[in-house]
Amino acid sequence: MRFTLNGAPTDVGAHPMKRLLDVLREECGLTGTKEGCGEGECGACTVLIDGAPVCSCLVPFAQAENATVVTIEGLGDDHALQRCFMDEVGAQCGICTPGMIMAAYVLAPDASLDDIKVGLAGNLCRCTGYSAIYRAVQKART
Amino acid sequence: MPAVGRSVSRKDGIGKATGRTRYADDIALPGMLFGRTIRSTIAHGTVRSVRPAFDTAGFTIVDHRDITGRNVVALIDDDQPFLVERTVRHMAEPILLLAHENKEALLAAKVEIEYDVAEPLFDPEQSTQSFKDITIVKGDVDAAFARADVIVEGTYRTGHQEHVYIETNGVIAVPEDDGITVYGSLQCPFYALKALKSLFGADAKLRVVQTETGGGFGGKEEYPSMIAGHAALLAHKSGRPVKIIYDRVEDMVATTKRHPSIVRHRTGLTRDGKLVAMDVNVLLDGGAYSTLSGVVLSRGCIHAAGPYRCDDIRIVGRAMMTNTPPNGAFRGFGAPQTEFAVEVHMERIAETLDMDSVTLREINALKPGDRTATGQLLREDASALQVLEEAVRRTDFRRKRETLRGTGKGIGLSLFLHGAGFTGAGEERLKSKARLDLTESGVRILVASTEIGQGTRTMHAQIVADALDIPYESVEVAQPDTALVADSGPTVASRTCMIVGKILERCAIEMKRTLGTMSPAEYYGAKGPLSVTMEHVPPDWIRWNDDTYQGDAYPTYAWGCDVVELELDPDTYEVRPTHVTVVQEFGRPIHPALAQGQIEGGTVQGLGYALLERVVMQDGAMANSTLTNYTIPTTLDTPEMDIVMLENHYDGGPFGAKGLGELPMDGPAPAVVNALRHLGLDLREIPALPETLLSCASR
Repeated sequence: MRFTLNGAPTDVGAHPMKRLLDVLREECGLTGTKEGCGEGECGACTVLIDGAPVCSCLVPFAQAENATVVTIEGLGDDHALQRCFMDEVGAQCGICTPGMIMAAYVLAPDASLDDIKVGLAGNLCRCTGYSAIYRAVQKART
Repeated sequence: MPAVGRSVSRKDGIGKATGRTRYADDIALPGMLFGRTIRSTIAHGTVRSVRPAFDTAGFTIVDHRDITGRNVVALIDDDQPFLVERTVRHMAEPILLLAHENKEALLAAKVEIEYDVAEPLFDPEQSTQSFKDITIVKGDVDAAFARADVIVEGTYRTGHQEHVYIETNGVIAVPEDDGITVYGSLQCPFYALKALKSLFGADAKLRVVQTETGGGFGGKEEYPSMIAGHAALLAHKSGRPVKIIYDRVEDMVATTKRHPSIVRHRTGLTRDGKLVAMDVNVLLDGGAYSTLSGVVLSRGCIHAAGPYRCDDIRIVGRAMMTNTPPNGAFRGFGAPQTEFAVEVHMERIAETLDMDSVTLREINALKPGDRTATGQLLREDASALQVLEEAVRRTDFRRKRETLRGTGKGIGLSLFLHGAGFTGAGEERLKSKARLDLTESGVRILVASTEIGQGTRTMHAQIVADALDIPYESVEVAQPDTALVADSGPTVASRTCMIVGKILERCAIEMKRTLGTMSPAEYYGAKGPLSVTMEHVPPDWIRWNDDTYQGDAYPTYAWGCDVVELELDPDTYEVRPTHVTVVQEFGRPIHPALAQGQIEGGTVQGLGYALLERVVMQDGAMANSTLTNYTIPTTLDTPEMDIVMLENHYDGGPFGAKGLGELPMDGPAPAVVNALRHLGLDLREIPALPETLLSCASR
């Protein structure tokens, strides 16, 4: 099945009902996308499909056909969100961080604090209490 | 520029934010099998037969007969087996292990188990088997009640709490170097090593390496020893690497939770609000095996009188056996339960006396020179009054208590303390060690203390850098590997900074003495490698008697005061916290941003404990074992927080620091319930779900 993964044309021969999360981690070797619950509650597996954040544990691979998929690896190593998450201690244990950054990535440039909270409401973090995540996201926008 | 006191860059680098950091499930090894645990489906009984109902070709199958050493997860009382032999004592107890190279085939395998079912016991109050009994006596409480003008009684209950680290439990066991190495998500590599040694016998070559760990909160203190043993048994039998990763349901059903509690208070006071007698009874539901229940009870009992002065106290505690999965370590370790009880009780006392509850706390708060329930003399770093006054001042608490009346908004307060380090003689028995090696460009820290998100690597490196007077960047931190690092003890009990950090500081001072005027690089170039290992030295004034429970229960305490403001929906009884003020004194922050993160994160866990998190137990197992049905706070459940860190240095800690990790967990639940009391709801239990509040309102 063909799709665009982090900007590159990709062809993976996995079962169409395999979870996109497993295709990314097992077939494509992109382990930055994490599994936290397997039922779309925690958001640790958030990736972008055609620009929209989705829980890749809920998406059958078939739905990625001809789509554009972006994972945390697609942001490179030096995105402002990545730097600010580390500098502001928006990442503690780090397991929710890739998904959290992907959810933050699509927030509007003029997002208010309330917009940020709503935008990240599908991503659970058990370490930070979220405040440092808001600080990281806000700092990355300045 | 000194590193201590500054929010330097985390040693984790940018790996966590780029997804490059590898957690257990991100590691794949050649020839690796996947492991699965077949568990009991009854809460109590005996196994009559176990029959694999699948084609076993390609499977590795392990039961208790494959164990060459002792079938016991060695910890304290050694009563929990790795694999059931005959008796089942709780739901989801491990019976059989399977491994296969194909995950689908592994999950499809069916095992038929026949049982003789026995009557299970679920109610800890009906249990007659106690894992641990504790009595703390100060003065003569029965005589003191005769001097009381007023006596207030109450019973307070807390439920289970699930850790919900976002990374579920996982390990990989690898046959290598004529032995087995276990790589895993865990807090205490040497606990796992001890359990493995018991499982395989003293001669086996065993090694445990911590992989990057996606949250712990106590939930990866003892249970990973069980999983490490399972994976190691499968790896040993198959001769191949075996990975076991729990899915969320298995993690919630099978692994430990916070102990549910029932705490009874009977308290005598003078009419003007002075505590004269405190009689406290603590009961914990330990679950089916003792595991850590005795020490959780110990910390719970020692904190049961709260941050208050009273000459006549009796605290009696028991941890009871029930046929439920063992409860275990969870941030706070018994203290959140007992401090919930005493703080809600204090609010009810103030109501009974018709006294301002802040004034009641001011009259009774422990001060330097006072003695705690165990007779411990408090030193100058006892800050109950300071945190209370600052929280009251910042929130304009007394005025708000008046102006909010009748508005549907409530405000409540809690005052609390938390002992840092192991309880009683624990640290003396542990004899923790830390090691510091010279490198070509600086130094390397070699300790067993794990980074689980809280910032261990960073904070330890700051301490060493400043004690050696070298740049923070030149300090490396080794991954905890039992073949390499010094056994600095478990990463628990708010001890990683105060205890292990202090040993590292002493290592660094000793190394600096040897280096003289040379830099690490100069010394290394001229004289080669240098290694310093030091052992923990408890303060010389510490006295503790484990039989009488008298003495210095902890080297020192951290102090906190939480103020919660909230709104109650009059139709749905849904509670929305709107603002939380947290004032805490924990010596000093080594890294202010990390410390703030501990306080914010712990406070939100406490709010979840108070308002959202209910474990529904059905037939002895968690029935709501998904993140859909067990809810933790999201961004939208989390209020704005005002965090204040007061300083009061403790000489026994590195650069004056005490322990912090657990303290923030103790305060939110009673502050929430006291704010609901301000709204007229006589609540004495958590979680404060709408249905619970409705029944309160209609009482």
